[in-house]
Amino acid sequence: MAAQNFLEAIREGLREEMARDAAVYVIGEDVALGGPFGATKGLAEEFGANRVLNTPISEGAVMGMATGAAALGLRPVVEVMYIDFITLAMDQLVNHAAKLHYMSGGQIRVPLTIRVQGGASGASGAHHSQSLEAWFLHVPGLKVVAPSTPADAKGLLKSAIRDDNPVLFIEHRDLYWSRGDVPQTDAVVPLGVAAVRRTGADATVVAFSKMVGTALEAAETLSETGISVEVIDLRSLCPLDLDTIVASVRKTGRLVVAHEAVEVGGAGAEIAARVQEAAFDYLDAPVTRVAAPFTPVPASPPLEKLFVPGKDRIASAVRSLLGRGAE
Amino acid sequence: MREISYAEAKVEALREIMEADDRVCLVGSYFLGLSPRRVLMNALRERFPARIFDPPISETGFCGLAVGAAMAGMRPIVDVATASFIFNAFPQIVNEAANAHYMTGGQVPVPVGFHLLHGLRGGGGAQHSHSPQAMLWNTPGLEIALPASPYDVKGLLKTAARSANPTIFVDHARLFEVKGPVPEGDYDIPFGRADVKRSGSDVTIVATSLMVQVALRAAADLAEKGIEAEVVDLRTIVPLDRATLLASVAKTGRVVVVDECHRSCGVAAEISAIIAEEAFHHLKAPIRRVTTPDVPIPASPPLEKFIEPTAEKVVAAAREAVK
Amino acid sequence: MLPDLPQAELIELYRIMLTMRRFEEALIVATESGTSVGHFHVYIGQECTGAPALSQLGREDTIFTTHRNHGHVLGRGADPGRVLAEIMGRATGYNGGKGGTLHVTARELGVLPTSAVVGGVVPLATGAAFAAKQRGSDAVCMCFFGDGVLEEGAFYEAINIASLWSLPVIYLCENNSEGAIAGEFPGSTIAARPLTDLPAAFRIPAQAVDGTDAGEVYGAVKKAIQRARAGEGPSFIEARTVRWPGSRPLWPDLLTGETDLAFAWEPARIPQSHGDWHRSQDGLLRFTRELLQSGRIAADEILALDGAVRAKMQEAVRFAIASPYPEAESALAGVFAR
Repeated sequence: MAAQNFLEAIREGLREEMARDAAVYVIGEDVALGGPFGATKGLAEEFGANRVLNTPISEGAVMGMATGAAALGLRPVVEVMYIDFITLAMDQLVNHAAKLHYMSGGQIRVPLTIRVQGGASGASGAHHSQSLEAWFLHVPGLKVVAPSTPADAKGLLKSAIRDDNPVLFIEHRDLYWSRGDVPQTDAVVPLGVAAVRRTGADATVVAFSKMVGTALEAAETLSETGISVEVIDLRSLCPLDLDTIVASVRKTGRLVVAHEAVEVGGAGAEIAARVQEAAFDYLDAPVTRVAAPFTPVPASPPLEKLFVPGKDRIASAVRSLLGRGAE
Repeated sequence: MREISYAEAKVEALREIMEADDRVCLVGSYFLGLSPRRVLMNALRERFPARIFDPPISETGFCGLAVGAAMAGMRPIVDVATASFIFNAFPQIVNEAANAHYMTGGQVPVPVGFHLLHGLRGGGGAQHSHSPQAMLWNTPGLEIALPASPYDVKGLLKTAARSANPTIFVDHARLFEVKGPVPEGDYDIPFGRADVKRSGSDVTIVATSLMVQVALRAAADLAEKGIEAEVVDLRTIVPLDRATLLASVAKTGRVVVVDECHRSCGVAAEISAIIAEEAFHHLKAPIRRVTTPDVPIPASPPLEKFIEPTAEKVVAAAREAVK
Repeated sequence: MLPDLPQAELIELYRIMLTMRRFEEALIVATESGTSVGHFHVYIGQECTGAPALSQLGREDTIFTTHRNHGHVLGRGADPGRVLAEIMGRATGYNGGKGGTLHVTARELGVLPTSAVVGGVVPLATGAAFAAKQRGSDAVCMCFFGDGVLEEGAFYEAINIASLWSLPVIYLCENNSEGAIAGEFPGSTIAARPLTDLPAAFRIPAQAVDGTDAGEVYGAVKKAIQRARAGEGPSFIEARTVRWPGSRPLWPDLLTGETDLAFAWEPARIPQSHGDWHRSQDGLLRFTRELLQSGRIAADEILALDGAVRAKMQEAVRFAIASPYPEAESALAGVFAR
């Protein structure tokens, strides 16, 4: 184990996979220079300009090219600078990368990894702050992961790169400098397995990415008033580990789903729909979603702060489920 | 009242809209797709030759153009045609049109309409059969209308054309031959008003677009089995008429949501989540979703038939719900 | 003119063109008699582009194409029965019925998935070329698309990168919009004229050829492949043909009848209707005339060759129609690769 930050863990994951498999390469805007946040720093020097490629500002073409190369057996790791810009690659991602395997009756594989970062941070405004994972949960053929810790970032990235399907790897830039213990071995974190970060008996809070930390803070606050909350870190959104969520709901009878994306049509909608299907008789209270309001992301700092669900909103939601009201 | 076809009602609406407001123009003109009914559009082309444009195959280009024109005071209605092509225009619709009013602090409204034909069409395959409305629902700033009857298509199109906001008009080619009563002259249907198309007290079937017709067939079948279904046609998902939806759930306690989008994070997921959150104590059974599964749409007819949401599947789900 | 090829190869080229033509005719006839296949597009009139181009590709080379893919797939040696089966949604089709006419794929023949989104294939093909170069192979990727693609932004992004990185891709634009039926379906609407100015602006060698002149196409493609294999980067070829009169937006119609090869040596037989098509616009008839005039083949050999091809197409139709549909539940499988 070594204490590393999220970015270092990602960089190490990339480096290990590139050393392990010559078919792996990195491509995107400014990646050879390290990228805007330094995620790919040093990789061009280590592996050569041939395997860490800068591109023009052409998200669509880059996504399409990576898809075409993957169809021939290479393993590209595409970096899209902000998830907001993935809109420029939507057709290639949704109509091509996600579908080639199925449409070809299994003849083609697309072992593509797409790294994006997003989330509201630094008053960056509506075009640099979105959380768009729900769109991609709605696209059959795409896998979606969102790590919350440096260890998971490295382990999930390795799994994503080794997966023979297109995987969208979603990072939150507010987590980039968060630190944690990261295995120094070839440890992979499998896709589709959630992690129970805190056990509890009164309510279940399901979260992913940055919201996991927020949920844990809320759980800590609630424990001071005798409420015990189980926090589940999904890690993977597709495939979704419904079993872990349902096992928890069977125990607690109460579920809050927290995410930074807009509530309407968000990942929480799918989780809520599936849980009430699978665990209807165990639910003692409505499934509650704590998520962003139905607005674009505001730029002004105090407005942005209001937009992003914080620990107080999560705690308040848990209390409501327990009939305890505001305290 | 006269009974006309959905296709006729739609073209009549377009004509009346263009007569009433000369800021309205059509960017793309295949509002009846390539169906036999498309000849109805010729009269419009003859009447308004300077206001109907057929752009090149450049979705980013012509959607962006329409957004810009709307920002400058026009009221364009864009025909995206096959819904699967909307992905090319995502930057313009999602990042520009949806955000502009909010981002500019209210200074720049974007009164543009995006029309598309969604869903299964019989052999369309994976790249011509999308239902993208769920993704667009996850995008604040877009109104979304889904007509299901001749009366609704005219009324909702009128409201869409008058709206100050970007509106996605989600239509379906398989509705074109549906006949129904349509008043002559001007009327509109406000957004945010669901329509209970059939009353019943045993189970609520929530649907949009073509699935409303599927739901009505299912309801007729269920009635023969002694189960009275209430069919709630949402008509618009943004704004959403929660009151009508929840009132129906409170009445029946049992819900089936039928929707043509893929299952995960589809329209049915959000409806289900809303009900699970706000009407939980009225539910006597879990909410069931009848949707297209999470697979790309296959080309071969029996495979496409297998994944299609049908009245039979709705009936089966409703019977489970009332057990 | 004829490509400068030895006898056997020339005849093989002709056989492929005949296969492309008779396949499409057989498909149209099958659909007219009730077999339903959905929304399809035919390659009639473009055989003199596809056949000479594809004949120069090797086993390691790949192609991408669009909804107008039947000719390309056959030109790479696909089994007509299995192509037809895919178009008819049968289990024996190349994609197991999942793709249909719009997405026929034959991986082992280097035919990667065909896209039905205009513009979709250009970045994909550029990526396949990139992969070949990364691996140090001299394989090339040939990208077929129509003139409509030059209306999509994806085209410009992709060719820009191909030029900057010297990628081994051949952009083969089949411009069949001359004679497109006005108003029935939007013809190509692009402000640039000629189209070759556009890739030239990105410093990609661009050449316009007569798509019905097999020799001209052959020569242009040969140069492009040489460039690509030598690491000199992409090329753009615009092959112009007049759109076949029977090409309608949804359902092709045998307006010019099943091709009568005898029109090539008995011009008096050519009817009034669509006379221009038969006399000068149909590349297959042109090639037939040129073959005869060169003395390389006699009329009766042509008819024998054609007879064998037509018999093969009938067999393909029988095979496809007799093939079972896939099991319904298979619709749920194959989303992810294991």
